Amino acid sequence: MLLQVSAGWGRIARWTLMAAAIISYPHFAPQFWVVNIGAYAIVLGIITLSLTFLAAYGGMVSLAQMTVAGVAGYTLAILSSHAANVGSAILPWPWALAIALGSGTLAGILIGLVSVRTKGISLLMITLAIGMIFFYLTQQNTTLFHGFDGFRGVKAPIVFGMSLREPIVFYYLCMGVGIALYAAVSYMVRTPFGIALQGIRDNPRRLAALGYWVELHQVAAFGVAGFVAAVGGVLSLWYHGGISPGSVGITAMVNILIVAVIGGLGQPRGALIGALLFVLIQNFAIDLFIRERFNTVIGLTFLVIVLFSPDGLIGIWERLRRNRKRGLRSAPNGATN
Amino acid sequence: MDVSKITRILVVALLACGLAVSAAAQTSVRIGGVMTLEGPFTVLGQEAVRAMEMAFEEVNYSVAGKRIEWIKESSDGRPDVAVGKARKLIEQDKVDILIGPMSGGEGLAIKEYAKSVPGKTILNGFSAAQETTLVNPAPNFFRFGTDGAQWQAGLGSYVYDVKGYRTAAVVAGDYSFGYTQVLGFMTEFCAKGGKVKEKIWVPMGTKDFSSAIARIPDKVDAVYVMFGGADSVNFLTQYFQAGGKIPIIGGSNVTEQTVLSTKGPFQRHIIGIPSAHMVADGIEDPAYLEYVAKYKKRFPDGLAAPSAPFYGYYVATKAALTALAQVGGDLGGNQGKFREALAKLKLDTPTGPVILDENRQAIANIFVTEVAQRPDGTLYTKVVKVMRNVNQTLGQPRDAFVARGVPSRDNPSCP
Repeated sequence: MLLQVSAGWGRIARWTLMAAAIISYPHFAPQFWVVNIGAYAIVLGIITLSLTFLAAYGGMVSLAQMTVAGVAGYTLAILSSHAANVGSAILPWPWALAIALGSGTLAGILIGLVSVRTKGISLLMITLAIGMIFFYLTQQNTTLFHGFDGFRGVKAPIVFGMSLREPIVFYYLCMGVGIALYAAVSYMVRTPFGIALQGIRDNPRRLAALGYWVELHQVAAFGVAGFVAAVGGVLSLWYHGGISPGSVGITAMVNILIVAVIGGLGQPRGALIGALLFVLIQNFAIDLFIRERFNTVIGLTFLVIVLFSPDGLIGIWERLRRNRKRGLRSAPNGATN
Repeated sequence: MDVSKITRILVVALLACGLAVSAAAQTSVRIGGVMTLEGPFTVLGQEAVRAMEMAFEEVNYSVAGKRIEWIKESSDGRPDVAVGKARKLIEQDKVDILIGPMSGGEGLAIKEYAKSVPGKTILNGFSAAQETTLVNPAPNFFRFGTDGAQWQAGLGSYVYDVKGYRTAAVVAGDYSFGYTQVLGFMTEFCAKGGKVKEKIWVPMGTKDFSSAIARIPDKVDAVYVMFGGADSVNFLTQYFQAGGKIPIIGGSNVTEQTVLSTKGPFQRHIIGIPSAHMVADGIEDPAYLEYVAKYKKRFPDGLAAPSAPFYGYYVATKAALTALAQVGGDLGGNQGKFREALAKLKLDTPTGPVILDENRQAIANIFVTEVAQRPDGTLYTKVVKVMRNVNQTLGQPRDAFVARGVPSRDNPSCP
C-alpha cells in the first residue's frame, strides 16, 4: 500500500519534471538545439506518428505518408504568399490552413481507397507507386507546382504580432501540436473505432463475420493518419520556409519508414524517439570520427538497431525494463533462501 | 512502460549536448564550408573541398597571426538541407565566416538565411542563380563569382556576328539555372536581332530526350542546349544518334570538362560548339597556367584540370583570407571592418581581376569558347573572345534590367 502511494507520487514528480524540462528547454538551450534539433525532430515525429498509428493499430505499413504531408504542404504553399514571384496570398491563412489540412486528410483517404485491399509488400509497393506519381507530378508540372524549383520563401502566419516561425514560438507550437496529436491517437485506439481497427488488424475475417465493414474502418484509419501527416506537412513547410519535389521524393518517403523502424514500428511513441535519433545522427554524424564517410555512420547505426532490436529503440528499452523487474523480483527471494 | 521515462532520458541527453557547445577560441578564426558531398553534385563537392584546402594551404592555415579552423558540412543539393547545415555551422560550431553553397536553389535559400544572422559573413561558393544578389540582396552575403546569366556574356553576339546564326531554338533544363542561362544568352542574341523560335523545357530527371529532340523545328540556324553534366552527355548522344544536323550552341555546363572527357561517339560531333563560362581550359595567361599546375601537383587524383566549382570556392576562400589579412583578423563589431574590406576588395584571380558591385556581386571576365581538340586527342574549350569586366546587368542600366523581371520559362522572349 505504502509502496503504491510512493509510486503514485513518483509518477507525479516525473511528469512534473518532464513538463518543466519541456517548457524551460528553449530558455537555456541554444537556438540551434531548440529549432533545428528539437522542433524539427517533433515535426518529423508527427509525420512518422501517422505511419506508426497505421502500422501499430491497423497493421498497414504505407510509404506514402510523406506524400500526404507533401499534399498538405504544397496546398498551403500554393494558397499562401511566398517570395517565388507568384502572387500574394490567395486566401487568408486560417482558410488556407484548413484547406491544406483537409486536402491532406482527403489524400490519405484516397490513398486508403486505392490500397486498402492489399497488405504487406503489395501495400508498400502501391503506396510507393502513389508517392512516385505525386513526386513526378510536382517535378514536371510548372503551372501549379513550379516544377523542380518548387516554392521558396513561404512565411509562417503572424498571430498576435508574433510570427509562428520565431524559434521559441515554433518550438512550443510543435511541442503542443505533437502532444495533442499523440494524446488524440492514444485516445482513439481505446474508442470502439480503435478497438475494431485492432480487431481487424488481428483477424479481419472474424470482424467481417461479426458484421464490421472492414474496408471502411481501414480507409477511415488512412484518413486519420492523413490528418496527422498533414499537420506534420504544414509544420514542415513553415520550418523549411518552402517545399520542392525533393521534399516528397523517394529519399524523403523512405526516411519516414526508417525513422519509424528505428523508433519501433509497433508503437506510436516510437515515432518521436526515432525522429530525435534520426535528426541527431543527420546533424552530428559528420562530427564523429569519419568526416568523409558520415553517410556510412548513418547507415551502420540503422543497421545495428534493426539487427539487434527489430522492434526499434522502444523494444530495447522495454527489454531492459523487463530484465530489471525480473531482477527486482528475484532479489528478495534470494535473501530469504 | 510510461512515456515519461523515455522523455526524461531524452531531455537529459539533450541538455547534456546543448551545454556541450564549446566557446570559440579567440586566437583562431573559424571558417565553415558547405559543399555537396552527397547527391547528384558529389563530384563538384569534392572539387570544393580541394579548393578550400589549396587556398588554406597557401597561407599555411593562418591569417594575421590567427590559426584557421576549417569545418566542413555536406549538403545534397537541396535548399533545406543546405540551410540546415549552414545553421549548424553558424549556430552550433560557431564559425565566423561561411563559404558556400554549391547550387542555385541552395544559394537563394542561404541568402535568405543570411539575413537572420547579421553578425556573420557568408561568401558564396559556386551557386549562380541571378536573383540571389540581384533581388533583395542580404547585406552579409558576398558573391565573388559571376552568375549564370553573366556566364553567357558575349555568346549571343558571337554566334550572331561570327557564326551568322539568325534564328535559334532553345532546349534546356526546366529549372531556375536553365532559365538564368537562357536569359543570359537571349539578352544579347535578341538585342542583335536574332529570333528564338521555340523554347523546349525538359523536366529534371529526364533521361530519354527523344520527344524534346523531335520538337526541335527544322528551320532554325542553331539549337541552344543547356543541361547539367551527365544530362548533356545523354542529350548530345541522342541528338546525334537521331541524325541531328542543326548546329549546337552550348550552355556553360555543356562544354564542361566533365562532359568533354566523357568517352563516346558524341565526342566526334561536338568540336566547334561555341559556349561561354567564367573559366576556360584554354586560357593562356601565366597566372592561370600556374594555377592549373598547382592544382595538378597538389591533387594528382583530382580532375584533369581545375573545374569551375573549384574556381568558385577557391576565389571565395582567397577573398575571405585577403580581406582578413587586410583588417588584421579583426572580426569585432559584428565583422563590420571585415565586410567593408570585402566590399572594397580588388582580387586578382587566375582568370583576371574581380571587383564587387553595390549588391556585393562580382564583376569579372567571361570567356567565350569553342570546343577544340588537342594533338593528343583530348577535347578542351579554346578561348575565342574574352569579355572583360562583365557586370550582373550585362551592361544595361540596373533599373531597366531588374524591371524586366526574374528569368522564367517565358522571360525573355523574342519569337
